[in-house]
Amino acid sequence: MKLEAVNDFVVKFANVNGSGSASANTLFAKAILRMGVPVSPRNIFPSNIQGLPTWYEVRVSDAGWLGRRGGVDLMVAMNPQTWEKDVAELEAGGYLFYDSTKPLPKSKFRDDVNVVGMPLMEICNAAYADPRQRQLFKNIIYVGALSALLDIDTAEVEKLIGEQYKGKEKLLEPNIKALHMGRDYALANLPPLGLKVKRSDKVGERIFLEGNDAAALGCVYGGATVAAWYPITPSSSMAEAFGKHCRKYRTDPDTGKARYAIVQAEDELASIGIVIGAAWNGSRAFTCTSGPGVSLMQEFIGLAYFAEIPAVIFDVQRAGPSTGMPTRTQQSDVLSCAYASHGDTKHVLLFPEDPREGFEMAAQSFDLADRLQTPIFVLYDLDIGMNERLCAPLQWDDSHRFDRGKVLSYQDLEAGKRFGRYLDLDGDGITYRTYPGTHPKRGSFFTRGTSRDRYARYTEEGSAYVDNMQRLLKKFETAKELVPAPILKRAGKGSRFGVIYYGSTAPAMDEALAILGAESMSVDALRVRAFPFPDEVIEFVNSHEHVFVVEQNRDGQLRTLLVAEGMLPSEKLTPVLHYDGTPITARFIKKEIAQRLAAFNVSPLKRTASGE
Amino acid sequence: MTYLAKPKLHHPDLPKNSLGLTRRDYEGAISTLCAGCGHDSISAAIIQACWELAVQPHRVAKLSGIGCSSKTPTYFLDKSHGFNSVHGRMPSVMTGANLANRDLIYLGVSGDGDSASIGIGQFAHIMRRGVNMTYIVENNGVYGLTKGQFSATADRGSKAKRGAINTDEGIDLVLMALQLGATYVARSFSGDKEQLVPLIKGALIHEGAAFLDVLSPCVAFNNHDGSTKSYDYVREHNEAVNHLDVITMHKEITTEYEPGAVQEVRQHDGSVIRLRKLESNYDASDRIAAMTYVQSRYAIGEIVTGLLYFTPKPRDLHGSLNTVPLPLNQLGERELCPGSAALQKLNDSLR
Repeated sequence: MKLEAVNDFVVKFANVNGSGSASANTLFAKAILRMGVPVSPRNIFPSNIQGLPTWYEVRVSDAGWLGRRGGVDLMVAMNPQTWEKDVAELEAGGYLFYDSTKPLPKSKFRDDVNVVGMPLMEICNAAYADPRQRQLFKNIIYVGALSALLDIDTAEVEKLIGEQYKGKEKLLEPNIKALHMGRDYALANLPPLGLKVKRSDKVGERIFLEGNDAAALGCVYGGATVAAWYPITPSSSMAEAFGKHCRKYRTDPDTGKARYAIVQAEDELASIGIVIGAAWNGSRAFTCTSGPGVSLMQEFIGLAYFAEIPAVIFDVQRAGPSTGMPTRTQQSDVLSCAYASHGDTKHVLLFPEDPREGFEMAAQSFDLADRLQTPIFVLYDLDIGMNERLCAPLQWDDSHRFDRGKVLSYQDLEAGKRFGRYLDLDGDGITYRTYPGTHPKRGSFFTRGTSRDRYARYTEEGSAYVDNMQRLLKKFETAKELVPAPILKRAGKGSRFGVIYYGSTAPAMDEALAILGAESMSVDALRVRAFPFPDEVIEFVNSHEHVFVVEQNRDGQLRTLLVAEGMLPSEKLTPVLHYDGTPITARFIKKEIAQRLAAFNVSPLKRTASGE
Repeated sequence: MTYLAKPKLHHPDLPKNSLGLTRRDYEGAISTLCAGCGHDSISAAIIQACWELAVQPHRVAKLSGIGCSSKTPTYFLDKSHGFNSVHGRMPSVMTGANLANRDLIYLGVSGDGDSASIGIGQFAHIMRRGVNMTYIVENNGVYGLTKGQFSATADRGSKAKRGAINTDEGIDLVLMALQLGATYVARSFSGDKEQLVPLIKGALIHEGAAFLDVLSPCVAFNNHDGSTKSYDYVREHNEAVNHLDVITMHKEITTEYEPGAVQEVRQHDGSVIRLRKLESNYDASDRIAAMTYVQSRYAIGEIVTGLLYFTPKPRDLHGSLNTVPLPLNQLGERELCPGSAALQKLNDSLR
């Protein structure tokens, strides 16, 4: 059997990290994209620089499904270490592309997959003398071969290579040569595959962008001037991208000086301390980290909450607890962020679904932090952060002005405006602040993590403490109105079943909803975009008989928040959990929800000719 | 310790500085520390130094960690914004604050527990980054607020109030600051106002990382026989290598000294730092020699005080980061947000 598919299949590259495969694999994915066919690639990589297995999985989907599908149709098996596992992952009728230079015993193969052997090493050894060149060009040669086998337009691949080596013509030509070497060999010697790429128009205006890159750009647009960070996978590339964007957009054209400051701190404690100091002093500041970093920041986060200092924290989640699986994805910091630090605390969380929303929420987080004078967590994960994703073009409204929140100026103070740092004048729980150095005689106050009265004077008086803690709750209520509202997808006329999901689950969920709908198991869906939960979230649960909460963690953390903060009955909320470190798939969600629906006596309708 | 509020009315004849402010204008709330605490003398010295320099009080940001010393910013400069942060982490908060607005004067006050134990990492890194600041450690060798445990600056062999002997090696923050690249490093004694006030003034006008280790006896828990941080011990064993005068630009320099005995350095703001040598062989511009000298004297039981090292043209973090001269917290949308046209171009490059 041979799998047959046009613009709808999964290719997985199994490589050794440090072998230069990443850029060749990206080239492959982008060439398909340039043909107007949506692709969704994912890096699956180890916490290592050289020598360990790494995979690059490309989903090609004319229908535009960008979630991980599950299963592999074409395995490009370039890593002997993982051979068995890679071969086993292939769908029956799929294709196994491998380096046939050294013969392998029959026991190494499967009878139900189609083997495509190409003597890559032999071709490279004949063409190149330098071992490094042999390695690097081997990657381009297999891209060439695959482009022939899958009908990928060579011109698109050549164009991409041209863009990559613009100004480095010395590198351009040998790459083109290698591409054709692979292509020519495949056309002359290899059997055709049942998988084909056909030019389409399904990409449209969309852009191809990595989440960390997008969020960093959002920080530039949102007016962040101070960034402090400590290297940690999978967030480091966000800090580096911020630097890249700042050099481009934030360098004073006349003087060459920087309109930003980036500090690679000694640890996460210092990172958040720097952010708090800068924000206290009127700069927009952020740090980016992952779960272990948030654990280290706990004490400072409590200070920012209690002393009411704006701070933006990006948590690009990975699999915990402890060091966990540092290069695998999860949504497992929801609770540790929502209630970060000792004592009674609650924090605002934002859940972007993709790079585009990462950009928007990053920019918005600074307005929210300034308005609410509290830490704001932008919570996404490795799946979004470290993969390029097809998404809507980024947009910016030039009429938007930064909302710097309630800050009294020299003129305000001079005019005698009433000022008590923790005095709620507007009834929304948000008080006025002043930046240091504003006025010679008025507006100074002492910021502290200890209890204080409305005028920022130290006190251990119980009533003043309670007054302040109650106001902080009121402020959290105000936040509900300001954070991004959830997005509802109603199934046709509506269903008595609902599903709640968030963040990187979105693309897989979109697809799962379509499959469930096609099998007459429609559910209404609500994508939660922030905590505290706006009223619509609670109403959604209340208006459905039963709600599934789909998450990528073991304990159903968002569900816990829904029960605890939404006062919702736990028996009404069924967790659907995927947490092995790989991105959740539509197949998984569909299977889990269908099984549970069966328990409610909902089963897929068998379509018959009469429609009964 | 006093429970009496200070009267608001000033004596009409109180001397005024060039801003027309009296010393009282630089004060803060009444101290709640123990009577005789060295820290109160340091607060008084800070008030004196700021008054003499005619610093605008609201242009100072005073930051601290947690502990007795970290409480003191409440007791001086009540027109300044203050920030009592978390234990040992004042340096990072001060670094961030400094990045946001390079135009203010940053005064960090910390203790030996705060800076040499829990916060030693942040202490080290703020020094090596060269943040433009004055960093004062009020060093008494004990944890006062928790009733007298040894801190990491307690000398080995020093005796606690209840008789325990410290068996761990003491940390000398002066040596650390020297090694880590602080560009103004001094040690003084809370009981020597004449020495301390000019050292604080010099630190405040220094445009780089200025560190002052001020021995400040704890009268409640570390002022007994056998302690090496008691008033008596520090008085007996402190050897000043020099005396500093800071002459602000509008004052004429009149006193004459023998050549070689005095070093004068004009500062960026026009004021002059005059260093009078008490130890003729000591060269405060030689960092390596300073480290050797401090250690060799410590070995024979002496506490070296004075301005131990300084460089008149320091580097600072803003210089390293090449930031714009305007404070970052004053930049608006126009300077910070690239706008929709730039985004359109970027979108085009991502297809």
